[in-house]
Amino acid sequence: MTGWAQIALLFALVLGAAFPLGAYIARLYNGERVFLTPVMAPFERGFYKLAGIDPNRQMRWQDYAVALLMLSAVHAGLLYAILRLQYYLPFNPQNIPGMAPNLAFNTAVSFLTNTNWQAYAPESQISNGAQMFGLTVHMFLSAAAGIAAAGAMMRAFSGGHLTSLGNFYVDLTRIALYLLLPVSIIAAVLLLVAGVPQTFAPFAVAHTLSGEPQTIARGPVAFMEAIKEFGTNGGGFFNANSSHPFENPSAATLLLENWLLLVISFSLPITFGHIVKDRKQGIALFAAMAILLVLGVAGTYAAEAHGNALQIAAGASPLHGNMEGKEMRFGSALTSMFNVSATGTSTGAIAGATDSFMPLGGLVPLFLMQLGEVTPGGVGSGFYTMIVFALLSVFVAGLMVGRTPEYQGKKIQAKEIKLAMLAVLILTLFILGGAAFSLMTKSGLGSLANAGPHGLSEMLYAWTSATENNGSAMAGISANTNLLDYGLGAAMAFGRFAFLIPVLAIAGSLAAKPKLPPSAGTFPTTGPLFIGLLIGVIIILGGLQFMPADTLGPVAEHYLLASGKLF
Amino acid sequence: MFRELRPALTLVVLFTLLTGLVLPVLFTGFAQLAFPFQANGSLIRQNGQIIGSVRIGQNFTAPVYFQSRPSALTGTDAKGNSIATPYDASESGASNLAATSKALEDSVTARIAAYRAQFGPGPVPIDAVTASGSGLDPDISLADALRQAPAVAAARHWPVPVVIGLVHKLAQHPLLGFIGEARVDVLVLNLALDHEKP
Repeated sequence: MTGWAQIALLFALVLGAAFPLGAYIARLYNGERVFLTPVMAPFERGFYKLAGIDPNRQMRWQDYAVALLMLSAVHAGLLYAILRLQYYLPFNPQNIPGMAPNLAFNTAVSFLTNTNWQAYAPESQISNGAQMFGLTVHMFLSAAAGIAAAGAMMRAFSGGHLTSLGNFYVDLTRIALYLLLPVSIIAAVLLLVAGVPQTFAPFAVAHTLSGEPQTIARGPVAFMEAIKEFGTNGGGFFNANSSHPFENPSAATLLLENWLLLVISFSLPITFGHIVKDRKQGIALFAAMAILLVLGVAGTYAAEAHGNALQIAAGASPLHGNMEGKEMRFGSALTSMFNVSATGTSTGAIAGATDSFMPLGGLVPLFLMQLGEVTPGGVGSGFYTMIVFALLSVFVAGLMVGRTPEYQGKKIQAKEIKLAMLAVLILTLFILGGAAFSLMTKSGLGSLANAGPHGLSEMLYAWTSATENNGSAMAGISANTNLLDYGLGAAMAFGRFAFLIPVLAIAGSLAAKPKLPPSAGTFPTTGPLFIGLLIGVIIILGGLQFMPADTLGPVAEHYLLASGKLF
Repeated sequence: MFRELRPALTLVVLFTLLTGLVLPVLFTGFAQLAFPFQANGSLIRQNGQIIGSVRIGQNFTAPVYFQSRPSALTGTDAKGNSIATPYDASESGASNLAATSKALEDSVTARIAAYRAQFGPGPVPIDAVTASGSGLDPDISLADALRQAPAVAAARHWPVPVVIGLVHKLAQHPLLGFIGEARVDVLVLNLALDHEKP
């Protein structure tokens, strides 16, 4: 019972914050004055001046895409260099050597794309310096770039005959300075007070009560931890991520981190309501996201709280449910809530081992990623992916009644639907194709930690997580091989940019169209009917594509476990 | 295309300086001045020597101490063979064994047998026979601590109520009565045992 109360509390806190924060982000997109303007405006103006940016320049969708790609390419190159050269750079008290090329490539793409897939073990493979001026900076900028692209998409619906989607540099800079930085700093202070370290000292060496030496990894964790969650990044300072006591010392910090990783993605549909001047439009998208996520959390928690029947039969108490891979301070409820939230967004952080979840408990995170990361998805990316599904939903509704579909007064025609389907289908190619190919190779099979159907789940999870830019893993898999470093690296890059470019093209195409007033024949895109249709389209698209693979993995595992079959 | 090179390069450099260098360094300075205990890893010292961190679990095998949860951490010995290194806090991680793993079922069964041999028959708290997510879990469930208390008292030749009283005194209850689980920090509890003179 208390488990459900904890889950309800978190959702109440997110709901309460999404409305004011959504309104605030709308003001940032619109270039309006906010309460932080007196503090941040000098920085903002200084940045534009030094970078030679004309903040009044208006970008077509092509300019917007080129600017985003150029910044991403430059930043990925810098991160690759930092990772390779980290041995020679400052803030490396443990004298950690430079990363090998395959791992550095994988990691650079991973953080560039807001995925934060971790094929490396941070304690032994990445220096404090690389964590700070390599990874943490990407956590700010990849999140800001995603939120900027969402803003471009929203503007497409804000009026008729638009030629511009805004200015990428202005969106990026304002989101980073006025939204990501201030909230991250406050969150970092709270985490620090609660016990998250922030030090440049080398690892501590303790002489334990039992008389043995214990080396304790530590570093500048708190500052990174805040933006790791708030920007739906998920790259942990430690290998165990948010299950590590130094990343997540208590139930209270888990709630804070979980709130941080959900709140922007749930605020953006509200922002959309402000931009199109019809709040209900945003609430409809918000509701679809929330319903799917709540169902997901409930499903995983029910499976985890039930526990492993074989362990209970062997004499274990059923009180805490399935505790393999979970921390005592969180238990089944908070761990389920956190891991599902982090896969429903593209955070990919974990508070416990998803690999050791019950089969159906692990199916939910996998399935939420396969739905395309819209529950509520990554910061920005969740919103623009949801718009793609909204377009497909009005298209389906239009087919049923034989009318040209419209969304927000914009006619949806063959070009937009083709681009939307391209965006949705291109990811499936990588997920299913990549997993199938890997499992046909000796190297891929050698990476699996578990046998039987769970082995398939691990590989499927890895390719899903990379392509959907989530970054979590069924972490038993040995990801640092040439096959997976390069393969998943390519999947992450395609998952981000081969999706984003068609999406910006859709935005550009829609922006140029007239904005028609609603007529008697317009299918309403608010209210329960539309929300139900939208959820149906998301589940059917995701379900049809992935159900066969998921059935051979987690679903088969569930029934084999029920019949007592082990591997 | 190359028109975008200067803004891209400059913004990357500026944000790297701001969010990757200046702010983390300032924040570390603030943390070290205002919250030095937490900032350095919540370390506890005894007679000037670091004996551990409140937040990080330790491996206990002596019968006079409460036992921590199993830890799945492994390392390599001098010959390069994989060996168990429970609570080695220079690394972190879980067993990642699946619910359908025979290896997991076998170790849980073996741990249940060992637990009952040490602490008596009856249902065994699940956290005492499963490995944590970090391999460094500082806590055990309150149920586990109460179950272990009589054996710890016997090993110390103390009356059982003294040990149970300590467990209750140090137990951390859910925040506001429902957030988190009832638990005890094993290192803090064992330290208190060493300082107790019944």
